[in-house]
Amino acid sequence: MALSLKKHEMPVQDPKVRAHNFDEVALGYDEETAVAEAERCLHCKVPQCRKGCPVSVDIPEFIGKIKERDFDGAIDKIKEANALPAVCGRVCPQENQCEKYCILAKKGESVGIGRLERFVADRYMAKNEEVKPIEFAADAQKVAVLGSGPSGLSCAGDLAKKGYKVTVFEALHKAGGVLSYGIPEFRLPKDKVVKKEIENIEKLGVKFELDAVAGRLFTVDELMEEEGFDAVFIGTGAGLPRFQGIPGEGLNGVYSANEFLTRCNLMKAYKFPEYATPIKVGKNVAVIGGGNVAMDAARTALRLGAEHVYIVYRRSEAELPARKEEVEHAKEEGIDFKLLNNPVEILGNEDGWVSGMKCIRMELGEPDDSGRRRPVPVEGSEFELAVDTVIVSIGTGPNPIIAHTTPGLATTKRGNIEADEESCATSKPGVFAGGDIVTGAATVILAMGAGRKAAAAIDEYLKSKKK
Amino acid sequence: MFKILKKEELSPNVFSMDIDAPRVAKKAKAGQFIVLRVDEKGERIPLTIANFNRETGVVNIVFQVIGASTMALAAVEEGESIVDFVGPLGQPSEIEKFDGTVVVVGGGIGVAPTFPIARAMKEAGNKVIAIMGAKTKDILIMEDEMREVTDEILITTDDGSRGIKGFVTYAVQELVQRGEKIAQITAIGPVIMMKSVADCTRELGIHTVVSLNPIMVDGTGMCGGCRVQVGDETKFACVDGPEFDGHLVDFKALMSRQRMYRDLEAEEKDHICNIGLGRK
Repeated sequence: MALSLKKHEMPVQDPKVRAHNFDEVALGYDEETAVAEAERCLHCKVPQCRKGCPVSVDIPEFIGKIKERDFDGAIDKIKEANALPAVCGRVCPQENQCEKYCILAKKGESVGIGRLERFVADRYMAKNEEVKPIEFAADAQKVAVLGSGPSGLSCAGDLAKKGYKVTVFEALHKAGGVLSYGIPEFRLPKDKVVKKEIENIEKLGVKFELDAVAGRLFTVDELMEEEGFDAVFIGTGAGLPRFQGIPGEGLNGVYSANEFLTRCNLMKAYKFPEYATPIKVGKNVAVIGGGNVAMDAARTALRLGAEHVYIVYRRSEAELPARKEEVEHAKEEGIDFKLLNNPVEILGNEDGWVSGMKCIRMELGEPDDSGRRRPVPVEGSEFELAVDTVIVSIGTGPNPIIAHTTPGLATTKRGNIEADEESCATSKPGVFAGGDIVTGAATVILAMGAGRKAAAAIDEYLKSKKK
Repeated sequence: MFKILKKEELSPNVFSMDIDAPRVAKKAKAGQFIVLRVDEKGERIPLTIANFNRETGVVNIVFQVIGASTMALAAVEEGESIVDFVGPLGQPSEIEKFDGTVVVVGGGIGVAPTFPIARAMKEAGNKVIAIMGAKTKDILIMEDEMREVTDEILITTDDGSRGIKGFVTYAVQELVQRGEKIAQITAIGPVIMMKSVADCTRELGIHTVVSLNPIMVDGTGMCGGCRVQVGDETKFACVDGPEFDGHLVDFKALMSRQRMYRDLEAEEKDHICNIGLGRK
């Protein structure tokens, strides 16, 4: 049989139907499709795919096991390196990571590594197997992990497996960070996937303390000096929303994407009034920005009943930072892309509500520091977009609470924590940091990679401390 | 889970609750707040800390039943628990020994959060005067407690049933007229009250601090739902505040933003009443 140059299709919900519900869009492979897709893998002697995976999953090994229908063996293989396979199989930008390096991608489409990872992870979760808790030594050292997002979860899972007693402190009432409050249900189901993945880490013996705001309820120094933690990992992310600073941002109907998505995902405002948190979305919605978060916000607004949703982005389609697949999904669902447009003012009515948005057309000029062509306003091209809700999704910065309450912790000009790229060590002995709090907003899998590196470095540090 | 150790109806629809929250009590400072959630389907609501005791591990909150969530909270009985109680949040009040009298102004249930501030100001060696405003004498709260931590109390009621007839600003003016040297005023209560205190003290040149109560979700700085305009700057009340210079706050914008969900809140309250989740 000739090798297919295309990935096996994954069934998806019909765009017309899914645009009005919060059910998952991509439905996943069945067993036969998964095995057939696994058979496309050529088992390269020097597998290039692995170097694209930030947590170094042994990709050919787990795919080989799928071929043999040893699905339990496949998930065990993945779990050696990845604490959250059902999450990563769904939200990783594989086209820029493992799948980018797949040899098949040179001639056609790469092996569907993400889809295969998702398949075995989902199958494993559906079995609801007992997780064997780790037996900790009586004198096991204690590590505090601040933040329960991807970096913290991955660090905590690895450390527990190495025999450390880990407590994860989370400020919100639910663990998961961006997996719980940020990425919508239709891309990453909360009860079916996120909750179960976190429960599996908990079952290993990792303790979770929710409602615990680090820097307010306790400081890093107190954890180490008073509460007996031998090391601390800071994985608090980049959760501070940025606004453009244009007139009208204080009007009713203007949300940060963080607020909009938190209300919807974490607080389940889409089930109001069964759930008590309200959300307001008008008929015409503008989402400012072009990243994954902007796509999530736009597609969420549509599902909440908006009739017309615009993505307003100052560069062109080629520069959209969002995943291609997300952009395609958004387009299929009817999101209207207003590219090369920049908002200059949000307009309001007498009641203090958004009534429109003044934009200016842009054109691409010379490349800037980042190598992308800089957008330049076209003089006199201002126009008004009739919208009644505006969602600002132009990025996030680091929350300063921990840096401000931890003397001796060096930060960058932008407020990120300074940490060694390899060891994740900060300027403070015993304190490590990784994920978005160090790099600025990036991806789930990069944060998980940092969590793994930090766990290895913490292990080394604590071993040397014990000697 | 956080247990309600004591519940008391201070005046009609105004409740005081002692919550068992030792870690919060250990760290709480005057001027800070907490965010709570009654049950799994509940919303996160911010409430200013009215009292705390580091020894007993108790944090006290005072709230008025105004919507579905406060109605659900009021339905929780002594011995029962709420699911989430997060804090202490926000910046503490700036407490120091001032050159002159410190005045705290509390309107309605706003009296409650002025209590820990008055106490801390007193402990710092200040002369502290409390102005307490209410619609009528029967709904005045926490008078005995306030008396214990202040040098003097002035009461104002809208209907004149006790103390000065009229608004809290009348009491401020009375203090000024009798020659009281006021170093700072902290006003907490309905926005309209804080605005009129700020308007009144601006002319008098008295430094005035207000504690803002915009809509909040997380209370830790990650959403910006609580953003307020202070002078030329946009601030997040949950991390930069909740206390700000009253002379710089855009009260009109704050009032407008507080009304953002008014229609949905009415619908929700109606929903809660109809399905019997509110008061038992």
